[in-house]
Amino acid sequence: MQSHQDMLGQQDMPVQKDMPGQQAPRAGTNVSLADRAYRIRRHALLMGEVQGQGYIAQALGISDVLAVSYFHALTYRPEDPEWEGRDRFLLSIGHYAIALYAALIEAGIIPEDELTSYGGDDSRLPMSAMATYTPGMEITGGSLGHGLGIAVGMALGLKRKSSKSFIYNLFSDGELDEGSTWEAAMSASAFGLDNLIGLVDVNGMQADGPSRGVLNFEPLAPKFEAFGWFVQRVDGNDLEALVTAFDAARNHPGRCPRLVICDTQMAKGVPFLEARERNHFLRVEPAEWREALKVLDEGRMQ
Amino acid sequence: MRRSKYERPVRPEGAGAGLKTSAMIASLAAPGQRTRSAPFGHALAELARTRPDIVGLSADLSKYTDLHIFAQAHPDRFYQMGMAEQLLMSAAAGLAREGFVPFATTYAVFAARRAYDFICLAIAEENLNVKIACALPGLTTGYGPSHQATEDVAIFRGMPNLTIIDACDAHEIEQVVPAMVAHQGPVYLRLLRGNVPLVLDEYGYTFEMGKAKTIRDGRDVLIVSSGLMTMRALEVAQALEGDRVDVAVLHVPTLKPLDEATILREAGRGGRLVVVAENHSVIGGLGEAVAGLLLRSGTVPPAFRQIGLPDAFLDAGALPTLHDRYGISTEAMVRRIREWL
Repeated sequence: MQSHQDMLGQQDMPVQKDMPGQQAPRAGTNVSLADRAYRIRRHALLMGEVQGQGYIAQALGISDVLAVSYFHALTYRPEDPEWEGRDRFLLSIGHYAIALYAALIEAGIIPEDELTSYGGDDSRLPMSAMATYTPGMEITGGSLGHGLGIAVGMALGLKRKSSKSFIYNLFSDGELDEGSTWEAAMSASAFGLDNLIGLVDVNGMQADGPSRGVLNFEPLAPKFEAFGWFVQRVDGNDLEALVTAFDAARNHPGRCPRLVICDTQMAKGVPFLEARERNHFLRVEPAEWREALKVLDEGRMQ
Repeated sequence: MRRSKYERPVRPEGAGAGLKTSAMIASLAAPGQRTRSAPFGHALAELARTRPDIVGLSADLSKYTDLHIFAQAHPDRFYQMGMAEQLLMSAAAGLAREGFVPFATTYAVFAARRAYDFICLAIAEENLNVKIACALPGLTTGYGPSHQATEDVAIFRGMPNLTIIDACDAHEIEQVVPAMVAHQGPVYLRLLRGNVPLVLDEYGYTFEMGKAKTIRDGRDVLIVSSGLMTMRALEVAQALEGDRVDVAVLHVPTLKPLDEATILREAGRGGRLVVVAENHSVIGGLGEAVAGLLLRSGTVPPAFRQIGLPDAFLDAGALPTLHDRYGISTEAMVRRIREWL
């Protein structure tokens, strides 16, 4: 079991996974998870500035989860995004593309200088995530409620191949509205998919307003527990809590799928954006992108 | 229009109920017709012996799609997904992503109406290698609109990357299965199951993906048909021999991509009445596909007619009654073609 030495300000330790045939992710770097999360936020803001729009509140909110995913939990080879031995990270929420591009840039899978092409003609970084466009993007996620079902199929496929890799599926509280999510949730436990880790971003906001008002999904943890999942609920902006939860998810001995419910703060890290209420498709004025970067940078230096 | 449900049907005294409503899966075979049992299931089970990458998925209908034959032969490669068609298709996509060749099976209505978005975006958009085999295409059950996929081709023809096959008989299905696997990309098969008629072997026919083939030639009428309607067209041709009407039958099992060259060549040859016959709504199927093709290319036969199901939710009842009512029985086709000549 890995210690939490890769936390704030401390050096990443080479990860010794206890599974044969897997490679240590991001070994030997001296960048902390907090720095990774900060840089993911920064890449996302720079992309948002290119288009003057985007799902930036979600991106800022999920950056800590992505930092822990790509710099603590996942095994992969940046130079070979389709390496068979990798853990698969599925972005079910296609509109979070800006966030995952930021993480893929930070992970070295996408070159940083492509950031300025975000959302443009012929870009590999379209506004909605598509597997055919982007290295490291495992699935096409624009129609919500697809990811968890695809994850079930991939997890079954990995088991057929006797692979030790994990499937991570990041989905949103809004996707809890979709019946297909629950079809997949029921089957994941029926098939005993202990190689499937679900990550739900509960940021509390959907297109029409607060999620619980659109279609109340609470109490969420007992629902998934009743569906046969090993469930943890954490502050999705608390890196240490996330690391603990990811480790527990991977190492849980039960023959069942695992879920980490991540309660996140929309626009986390940029207080003047956090304060805005209508933030599903956050309006950011042209001058505010620079201001947001400045605030983010200042927050990092404190 | 159907009569009001508050109006009691009037029957002659002493009359029985007429033909009984078909079971969910009515056999299409005429009495005494040669058949083969579960050709899809047997062909897939056989092919899977040498193809360990083939897996089969069912949404609680394996017995009714003949996938149970595969499941019995390869139990470790059969996935029961439950009555969850969205999951069926997205999990098939996931298995294809991991290098397997999944056969996702259900009824045509459920694939087309219920799981469309998942087939479209999780499978077809990435050209994933998922094979979708669906029983009860068109009017092959008397169970009513809930199970009659009268518009599945119209729904699926608009989906890029998807190959669509409408198989005629057991002989063809046996050849379609390996061809589906040999094809790289998603395929939708309109599947006949159970005791499936055996017809095309007598014509020396072989299935080729994307190819329309002349099953018999004739000077007066060209019937362009797919699926079970090719079987009917051959019966029509025999029946019209007595009228000295010479009928050609062009079988078009691959509805998409359409074999445009062969259809244009045949429709443009010899000044024949062209009749497109399909077990599908007249909207959005083979008939309109051929009509559009002829118009675009400036190929004008002396007359062009469609035989297909009406743009309506069809009645429940016995299948032979319904086929006659909606004009796709051999007798109904003969009557109409005589009128058109």
